[in-house]
Amino acid sequence: MMPATLIAEQVLNGLQFGVMLFLMSAGLTLVFGVMGLINLAHGSLYMVGAFACAAVVAATGSSYWVGPFPSPGVVAPPGSFWLGLAASLAAAAAAGALVEVTLMRRLYQRGHLDQVLVTFALILVFSEGIRWIFGAFPLYLDIPPSLGGTVPLPGGLDYPLYRLVIIAAGLAVAAGLFQLVSRTRLGMRIRAGESDREMIAAIGVNIRALYTAVFALGAALAGFAGAVIGSITSVEVGMGEPVLILAFVVIVIGGIGSIKGALVGAILVGVTDTMGRLLLPALFATFLEPADAAATGASLASMLIYLLMALILFFRPGGLFGKVA
Amino acid sequence: MTARIASTAVVLLLLAVPLAGTVLDEPWLITLATRVAILGMAGVGLNLVLGYGGMVSLGHAAYFGVGGYVAGILAHHALEGHPVLAWPIALGGTDSMIVIWLVAIVCGALLALLIGCLSLRTTGVYFIMITLAFAQMIYYFTVSWPAYGGEDGLPIYLRNSLVGLDTMDPMTFFLIVFAALVVVIFLVSRVVRSRFGLALTAVRQNEARVRSVGIGGFRIRLVAFVMSGAITALAGALFVDLNRFVSPSMLSWHTSGEIMVFVILGGVARLWGPIAGAALYVFLEQVLGSMTDHWQFWVGLLLIAVVLHARGGIMGFTSGRRSDDG
Amino acid sequence: MRALVTAGAALVLCAASVTASADGLKVGMITTLSGGGSALGVDVRDGFMLALDQSGRTDIDVVIEDDQRKPEIAVQIADKMVQSDNVDVLTGIIWSNLAIAVVPSVVRQGKFYLSPNAGPSKLAGEGCHENYFNVAWQNDNLHEAAGGHANDAGFAKSFILAPNYPAGHDALTGYKRFFTGEIAAEVYTELGQTDYAAEIAQIRASDADSVFFFLPGGMGISFMKQYAGSGVDLPVVGPAFSFDQGILNAVGEAALGVRNTSQWSKDLDNAANQAFVASFQEAYGRLPSLYASQGFDTANLLISALDKADVSDADAFREALRAADFTSVRGDFMFGPNHHPVQDIYVREVVMEDGVLTNRIVSLALEDHADAYAGECSM
Repeated sequence: MMPATLIAEQVLNGLQFGVMLFLMSAGLTLVFGVMGLINLAHGSLYMVGAFACAAVVAATGSSYWVGPFPSPGVVAPPGSFWLGLAASLAAAAAAGALVEVTLMRRLYQRGHLDQVLVTFALILVFSEGIRWIFGAFPLYLDIPPSLGGTVPLPGGLDYPLYRLVIIAAGLAVAAGLFQLVSRTRLGMRIRAGESDREMIAAIGVNIRALYTAVFALGAALAGFAGAVIGSITSVEVGMGEPVLILAFVVIVIGGIGSIKGALVGAILVGVTDTMGRLLLPALFATFLEPADAAATGASLASMLIYLLMALILFFRPGGLFGKVA
Repeated sequence: MTARIASTAVVLLLLAVPLAGTVLDEPWLITLATRVAILGMAGVGLNLVLGYGGMVSLGHAAYFGVGGYVAGILAHHALEGHPVLAWPIALGGTDSMIVIWLVAIVCGALLALLIGCLSLRTTGVYFIMITLAFAQMIYYFTVSWPAYGGEDGLPIYLRNSLVGLDTMDPMTFFLIVFAALVVVIFLVSRVVRSRFGLALTAVRQNEARVRSVGIGGFRIRLVAFVMSGAITALAGALFVDLNRFVSPSMLSWHTSGEIMVFVILGGVARLWGPIAGAALYVFLEQVLGSMTDHWQFWVGLLLIAVVLHARGGIMGFTSGRRSDDG
Repeated sequence: MRALVTAGAALVLCAASVTASADGLKVGMITTLSGGGSALGVDVRDGFMLALDQSGRTDIDVVIEDDQRKPEIAVQIADKMVQSDNVDVLTGIIWSNLAIAVVPSVVRQGKFYLSPNAGPSKLAGEGCHENYFNVAWQNDNLHEAAGGHANDAGFAKSFILAPNYPAGHDALTGYKRFFTGEIAAEVYTELGQTDYAAEIAQIRASDADSVFFFLPGGMGISFMKQYAGSGVDLPVVGPAFSFDQGILNAVGEAALGVRNTSQWSKDLDNAANQAFVASFQEAYGRLPSLYASQGFDTANLLISALDKADVSDADAFREALRAADFTSVRGDFMFGPNHHPVQDIYVREVVMEDGVLTNRIVSLALEDHADAYAGECSM
């Protein structure tokens, strides 16, 4: 029988994974809701955030290496993670704004096909460009010492502090986004823009600046997620692509354009995936050899969220909180 | 220059390169041309839904890969002498190209029917994301499914056979692929000019009006989607014969993106467009790849430029007309 | 239209400029130089070219092509090298799945293949071939050594995990082949997975006394960082791939003290190795990795064979390769009956040396270790 603490820990892990997916999906869904744009290069902005954070941490902390970037095997004493985090927000927002002003702006009136192609091409440019600058080796990035270690939770569970902080930060960002959209002038314009693009231009809002701001905001959220997750995973080229595809699944489940849908969808996907990876192999182990059960369970677990998506689509083609398909 | 001349030029070029390969004793050129023809055929499949039907499928790697696995698995069983299925019916492997093509076409069509039924209930961005997600699901399945090599893939060592021809000879295999391509393009041209094709274009342009005259948009799109999956699966089976190897990388979402790139580079809704697009892509890969390890960076920039400034692709550019009339 | 004609002409010219060389030997290197995992290919290439430079030979011509880590591209390059470049020897492939796609077909066309990294069991047992030589290891070797080390370290119950793909299955099988203790649980993760919280929670909940993992590349970096932060402190052992010079920097201090198994280490005490490490650092400005050492050995094996025989006499050249009459940077090196190495495998520990994370040998895991598939090979 599975211990209760293990189940509880996995639920927390699923929640943390879901919150991170929300940070990615929120930007995608905002950009789609407001500008009607599909952005495949959103994962690249995640990667930009992680690399910016790693570069700043290296630059502020090191006295060992010479040259622009540390060579393999050389560990710089940790620089400031917080400066790195700020840099990740700034770099991703700047990259997002730049992309919006130079390219996306020309695509709002075009079909989704052109948007898919340009943003697919942008993935090539970003990935190969970053590899050009930083080389092919993964970069060093670790969590700040102040957030290391574990904290005891009720029930005798020791849980990593950093993951708890991610959950808290993600929920705070979600709350902030809801406030922004429902209470502020910017949010009012965003909502107005969603419902009627011509009208908002007619009442004199500078729609170009609004679009750039929304795109940069989505990019900053992705960059933030990249830096936060990059410090417990590996900072390498291509790190954003698996996350991007999961974010798509989240949005399809939640309903495109809905921030509430993105939050619910993200947590649903996060928890389903994490619990599936734990429970399916255990389920198969009741009637299969351990090695076979582990392999079969893992294979099915990797497909589980897509099956969940298919199921939800079957009953609600517009997603859980979508308006119309 | 008219579209007809541009198409003729593509065909002549596709034939000229392997001929040059034979004359210069560079069989590699023949292999490259074969690759262009096969990748182009995958693009022809996608073009049917994307160009004519306006459905932006970002999951065509699934059909490409399924066709590939049909070829790989049937040939593998023929080589090993084990049956594919012992129960409920005995089903052996085969190395006959004709049988493999038929099975690949049927499997591609069935998968497209299944995915189409679910994803065609949606449109626009939903459709893009859902086709991508389903292809990704199948990708993960092939990676972790141990029976046929999983991530390692499945080598078949020898090409499959076709009525006593020496299929290992590069020129023979090129001609087989070329003949298949011509047949496919002929059939597609008949389809798009038929009443069905007109209805498909009409559905893309104005679904409400089509519905008002009593034609079901969903069914028209689904039929086109199934045909498209079948063509792309056939290309996948040929691709495996070219490489004598199948692996999940055929199903990765980069493959879906690349197939779409062929269609766009060549010119949307142009019969021979995807072949021109695949030729340009392979050419860039060869030439830029020999100059820099970062060739994908430049391909990305070029692609952006094409989408923003040369929307008709090569075919539109050379024939100087918008693509809708092609 | 003009663009198309120009393109076609350039394509023809581009291919025609690659003409066959005169005497000597032509090597085709297919390796990963762009995209994910290119760090490994770059190291193999650099190690290989360093050995050629040091030999001062001008009769070895090398064509290098990037496979982008895609099997179908690797197959196409191999076709090109065999059909148009007329190479005599191929080498360079990093990944097992690419090797399985390329090797059987090229050796059957009479070419030699020297593997500087991948060693899938398919090519070591029934699928072995007289023209295929593996200069690195059979894939299971380092995992088997990890199992042997776990016995020596007195571990009684291991939690073992690897990605759910063939090399991952081989890894766990290899470990279990030598580990005599109990298995607490075996877990297969998704290929490319980055978050291991779920697996670490299972480790925490298990009653294991040790953890064995095989997670190459970024997966290993992610796992080690998260494991170090999880508060679980069971000893970890794994093959060298997750602790090699190229990625230690990215793992950071989380790797300190971890034991890993390898057939090479930069502190291996022999003259050839010291010279190699120093010259590699001088030439490229970084410490060599395991992969660089394998590329270096591959080139030296090739040179030693060319000293004895001409490649046009395939039988004599094959004999010369089989003799492995070169000074390996790993010390003793010989081929087993299936042309895979018989070699010592060491246990290394990750240490900090002058602010640089690196590995130091602590003990010998398995001596003169051959692979488990040699018996199935008949050639």
